[in-house]
Amino acid sequence: MAAGNFEKYKSDGSLGGNALEWFDARFPATSMWKEHLSEYYAPKNFNFWYFFGSLALLVLVIQIVTGIFLVMHYKPDAALNASGIPVAFASVEYIMRDVPGGWLIRYMHSTGASAFFIVVYLHMFRGLMYGSYRKPRELTWLFGVGIFLVLMGEAFFGYLLPWGQMSFWGAQVIVNLASAIPLIGEPLSIWVRGDFVIGDATLNRFFSFHVIAFPLILLGLVAAHILALHETGSNNPDGIEIKANKDKNGIPLDGIPFHPYYTVKDIVGVVVFLMVFSAVLFFAPEGGGYFLEYNNFFPADPLKTPSHIAPVWYFTPYYSILRAMVWNFLGLDAKFWGVVAMGASVVIFAFLPWLDRSPVKSIRYRGPIYKTMLTLFVICFFILGYLGTQPPSPMGELVSQICTLFYFGFFLAMPWWSRMDKFKPVPERVTMK
Amino acid sequence: MSDQGKMDCGRRRLIVATAAVGGAGALVALVPFVSSLLPSERAKAAGAPVEVDIGKLEVGQMMTVEWRGKPVWIINRTTDMLGTLPKLDSQVADPKSEVDMQPDYARNETRSIKKEFMVVIGICTHLGCSPSSKFKAGVEEGMPTDWLGGFLCPCHGSTFDFAGRVFKSKPAPTNLEVPPHVYLTDTRILIGEDKKGA
Amino acid sequence: MKKFLMALLFAPLTVLASGGAHLDHWPGAVGDKAALQNGAKLFVNYCLNCHGASHLRYNKLTEIGLTEQQVKDNLMFTSDKIGEQMRVAARSDEQKVWFGAAPPDLTVISRARASADGSGADWLYTYLRSFYRDEKRPTGWNNVIFENVGMPHVLYELQGMQVLNHETHKLELAVPGKLSPAEFDKDVSDLVSFMVWMAEPNQQFRKTLGVGVLAFLFVLFILAYALKKNYWKDIH
Repeated sequence: MAAGNFEKYKSDGSLGGNALEWFDARFPATSMWKEHLSEYYAPKNFNFWYFFGSLALLVLVIQIVTGIFLVMHYKPDAALNASGIPVAFASVEYIMRDVPGGWLIRYMHSTGASAFFIVVYLHMFRGLMYGSYRKPRELTWLFGVGIFLVLMGEAFFGYLLPWGQMSFWGAQVIVNLASAIPLIGEPLSIWVRGDFVIGDATLNRFFSFHVIAFPLILLGLVAAHILALHETGSNNPDGIEIKANKDKNGIPLDGIPFHPYYTVKDIVGVVVFLMVFSAVLFFAPEGGGYFLEYNNFFPADPLKTPSHIAPVWYFTPYYSILRAMVWNFLGLDAKFWGVVAMGASVVIFAFLPWLDRSPVKSIRYRGPIYKTMLTLFVICFFILGYLGTQPPSPMGELVSQICTLFYFGFFLAMPWWSRMDKFKPVPERVTMK
Repeated sequence: MSDQGKMDCGRRRLIVATAAVGGAGALVALVPFVSSLLPSERAKAAGAPVEVDIGKLEVGQMMTVEWRGKPVWIINRTTDMLGTLPKLDSQVADPKSEVDMQPDYARNETRSIKKEFMVVIGICTHLGCSPSSKFKAGVEEGMPTDWLGGFLCPCHGSTFDFAGRVFKSKPAPTNLEVPPHVYLTDTRILIGEDKKGA
Repeated sequence: MKKFLMALLFAPLTVLASGGAHLDHWPGAVGDKAALQNGAKLFVNYCLNCHGASHLRYNKLTEIGLTEQQVKDNLMFTSDKIGEQMRVAARSDEQKVWFGAAPPDLTVISRARASADGSGADWLYTYLRSFYRDEKRPTGWNNVIFENVGMPHVLYELQGMQVLNHETHKLELAVPGKLSPAEFDKDVSDLVSFMVWMAEPNQQFRKTLGVGVLAFLFVLFILAYALKKNYWKDIH
């Protein structure tokens, strides 16, 4: 089904029909509708794990819409107001109390930020399980890794804006990492901050990145991600290519049009998601101190370092990896290797399509080595995440080092263990498990 | 069961029901967003009524206070100033203040609660400049010989008398606005509120 | 392999070794209007001299059952406009000189002081009852929960004077105050109640609205699911 081969709309004589025909002659409306929705044939065996892509899109929309309204009232100003409170911090409380409905919009945005990462991690895990990153979908996966990196940046910049203690000191620690880079590190940190310490200059540029630059990049990458996916067609839980079996009209036998089947199914997914989202928002918006951190209710104080600085929960696994690197070598600081390891731990996902040498894509047909490795990987990820919330300790350091080793081992040794593993014969047609 | 093309009744009903409930939910969800644009508590506090002490305002003098970002003029009018008003009835566009530019208690000859005190918003009803005071009669302040005293707007030449009434054939369409106000005592005016109290 | 996994799973828990201070549980409940009004009175009389509550406006106090006139008559000392924020009269740079650190704004203190050891309310309730006489401190007071705190025991006349028994590490009431320990605890509980309310005045409404939203979403779920099932009955 090549792009642009869709018939233009022909009016049924009604006013609406005439308008649509006029529009369609000048804009690829019907062809886009058909190519991406009503004649995009997706495998019919999508399961629970396939909700998270559309949910990620939903959360993106929630963040943008709530963000637009928050920016109407938020002020990115680190100066102290007449009561001695930084204006930025005070503007958030202004939104919570003085703006009609402001508290709801703020909680939607803060809950949405954590929801975004939960949804995206589950979405990535689906990719891992079913081999969605394998040929011919490598580019979809790469755009996805790009989205993940940009999303981490977006969250990092956004977290500085409330200008609480955790906002300030978290940013201080992370931007200081740039100084680990040899030769250019120190001037680079100053350039990023716009000052010698995190201050008003930093706050204002992070505001620009968070509100405009990164959302635009994100929208572009999401569009590319979906276009690349639609070019190859979606994978499925059995990991087989439905385009291998087409009917006489060229439609995959195991394919169903995305609209109406998956639009209607995704609506259910959206409603269930909104139930969980609302339960958190209305009854536990602080998320036990993980979604809205307690210490962030203290305004930023450059002269008072908190006893314990930890990044927000969704960054903690990578933070653990950073802290695990405690050895200097090749004449470079452990701090530098920590930054390298942390960066590598995210970027390494990009190499998956070429590291995985199994003849089959999906976990359903893979052997015990894969299942064990993946399980251990997930356990390591959770342990690293937990350790990242805790203050450093000798035992914690040892455990993070072991988990970091395994984390990288999972990827780097994959060409060998994925080839060694047993596998089951894949079916010709999808199974509705 | 009617067969509407390829969609059966049950399906159509479910679509309508889901769309209706979902649509209702979406409308309700709009409420916090739309209302977030309404004046916040901060805006309402800034727009709160202003109390003015006129005890020291001498006869013939004018004071200006700010209410909701606008200048409010209070003049302790002399008997001469008050005397000009009936003489100008034929020269002003709306002598009886029929157009709604004042609360009911100011729809009278002096456009005020107390005869002596004029309370008006000092913004020209043409395009929003603030008129200058021209209290002296005649040509002393650059006004025409038959000028009895009042205000001249420098932007486009509208003139107003000592009750804020606009003269005929001037760009400004209406009399100066009288804000809601109330006398808390003989020397204290609360501007921005009609009724007394909490 | 299993042993290794077990070690991996449980090892992190050893990191939990160092705990925080023990906090008494705040006995109050959110939404008790009488307690809130008593708390508001205590807050304005004892706290607002040094601490600001600058994110809270006086007119919000009508939501704990007071009329505007009652607020103006009893609770407004430094301001005359009910729409204004509850600011402290002193300037923070001056306070830094007097106390060593500017007394923090208390509007959201109950949210800021939450931790793994207990809620912010628990912290405040314990803190306000844990001052003891310490001649070595410039104010003459120290606090078991907040070592070497710069704040004096402003509620001294109500609680009386506590001393720290260095053998048992427990606080003992050496000189009684105006209130009995039980009465003092109740007053502190009310004050904490007010601070919990002040940190998020919309809390009650938020929860009520949440019930409505979840109920609505449940209805929508039933319909959406039925719709999905209707379309998908054709797919096998």
